[in-house]
Amino acid sequence: MQTVGRTRTHFLIRAWTTFVVLAIYLPIACGALAGLSKGRYFAFPIRIFSTEWWGKTWDSFEIHVLVQNSVLIALIVTVLSVLFAFFGALAFARYPWKGRRAFQRLLLLPIFFPQPVLGLALLLWFNALGISPTWKTAVVAHLVWIVPVVTLVIAIQVFSFDPVLEEAASDLGASRLFTLRTVTLPILWPGIWSGALFAFLLSWGNFPLSLYTAGADSTIPKWLYSKMVAGYTPMVPALGTMSTLTAAALLLGGGLVRFLLRRRAELRARER
Amino acid sequence: MADNSLSAPAPKLSPGLRASLPVLVLLVAGFLAPLVTVAAYAFATPKSFDVFRSFTLQNFAAIFDTNNTVWTSFVWALALAFACVAILLVVCYPIAFGLNKVFGKWSGLVSVLFVFPLFVSENVRLYGWVLFFIKNGVLDGALKWLGFPGGPDLLYTPGITLFGMVYVYLPFMLFPMTLGIAMIPRDLVDAASDLGAGRFMIWREVELPLAMPGILIGALLTFVLAAGAVAEAKILGGQSVITITQDIEVAFTYAQNWPMGSALALILVLIVSGLALSAMARLDLDKILGKR
Repeated sequence: MQTVGRTRTHFLIRAWTTFVVLAIYLPIACGALAGLSKGRYFAFPIRIFSTEWWGKTWDSFEIHVLVQNSVLIALIVTVLSVLFAFFGALAFARYPWKGRRAFQRLLLLPIFFPQPVLGLALLLWFNALGISPTWKTAVVAHLVWIVPVVTLVIAIQVFSFDPVLEEAASDLGASRLFTLRTVTLPILWPGIWSGALFAFLLSWGNFPLSLYTAGADSTIPKWLYSKMVAGYTPMVPALGTMSTLTAAALLLGGGLVRFLLRRRAELRARER
Repeated sequence: MADNSLSAPAPKLSPGLRASLPVLVLLVAGFLAPLVTVAAYAFATPKSFDVFRSFTLQNFAAIFDTNNTVWTSFVWALALAFACVAILLVVCYPIAFGLNKVFGKWSGLVSVLFVFPLFVSENVRLYGWVLFFIKNGVLDGALKWLGFPGGPDLLYTPGITLFGMVYVYLPFMLFPMTLGIAMIPRDLVDAASDLGAGRFMIWREVELPLAMPGILIGALLTFVLAAGAVAEAKILGGQSVITITQDIEVAFTYAQNWPMGSALALILVLIVSGLALSAMARLDLDKILGKR
């Protein structure tokens, strides 16, 4: 009786999860369809498929600039946020220190904060400092939100890290830097890698912070929004789909690297 | 190593504090300082840029004036956020349970499927729903093609705004909840079952209380984010609902009334951070994140 009930519950859970996953990807699929249909306006079922709008998007100079901005911002955000978050995660999870609990809570606050309001608050702050917003201020805005996320991602890895290993290395006479390079970093690599991937992808797809803090510079999500509000062209879904596919490719590639890193770590552990 | 911070009376900073410094500087300069600026602007002369030079309560007086209808935006934002949380609790619980107990080796893949949309900006995803629901869109077109009179007119209503919020904030509920359910020890459930507890009783008396920290974080996170949502109401809702963030945005942009926008933002921030801080004070983050 119990097992029959359980099997049925499990079936229902699987069915529900499948349904929700399909619903999540449905609008992304709709966008992909719209970008691939011929004609200025979208109508379903699609009569003629064409890559016309993909071609136009690919060749557009305006869009090249957007992509450059988005990539540049995301790359800088990735490097900086990993640096910040690596030490932040050690403070969050590794060292027992007096202010740790307060630090943990402070770190969560930017995540528990509506992003559009954060963007507007930063705009005010930059203005008060006399800084006119450009893509550089957008980098700062992204960092305020992304560093806490990446810190959490790395902190999860740090929690599973045994500090005894570091102590053993230093007892054996290793310098701090040597210990960091040969003990701490190799163990934390998978977490750092995931953090970097998160940083890049979250910056790449961020819309509310870029909207208010990038000034006259535009990023892909910001440009898409401006066209959605006024002046739809099929380039909107086409560029949206390209951007989504880029993120998917990065996630797949990044996941593969993480898998390899973990396997290498496991092999090494076995050798020892 | 652990008692370094206690035994050393030297002025040297503890390793934890030293490691936290870069992030602390970033958060003070990039998060706390902007909030202080907002607070300062909220007390500046209306429609001026006299921040730190004037002090007045006129902005708040205008907001609480009985002729002002801005309170409807607050009510909409909070009501939508509340409804969004309630729906997501029901939608996500089975999935979070499944990720822990049912999907087995597939749960990694399922998690990735739920994480990925976070990397696609919300306006792109919401616009996909517009293409789905619009006249001659995917739903309408498909129904007509099948011989039905056409799809229902759902777009540009408060209901679809709520739908968009549920859609966008789903991962923010799902993952904390999954972490929460992972904190339920298997043997405790087995023990309750051996002692004769029914499935509903186990769920109510054992599973739910143990998973509560994660569920609470998820509910709080979605509430806070949904209370500040604006893209859903604009793109899907067609401004049939004006949320408070949109009022704030209008004050900052078209109206050029930064003190008024700041006063509205300050009230929203107080509501949101009051909730966040009071709930966070009861949570042990080490336990939730460290449990692996």
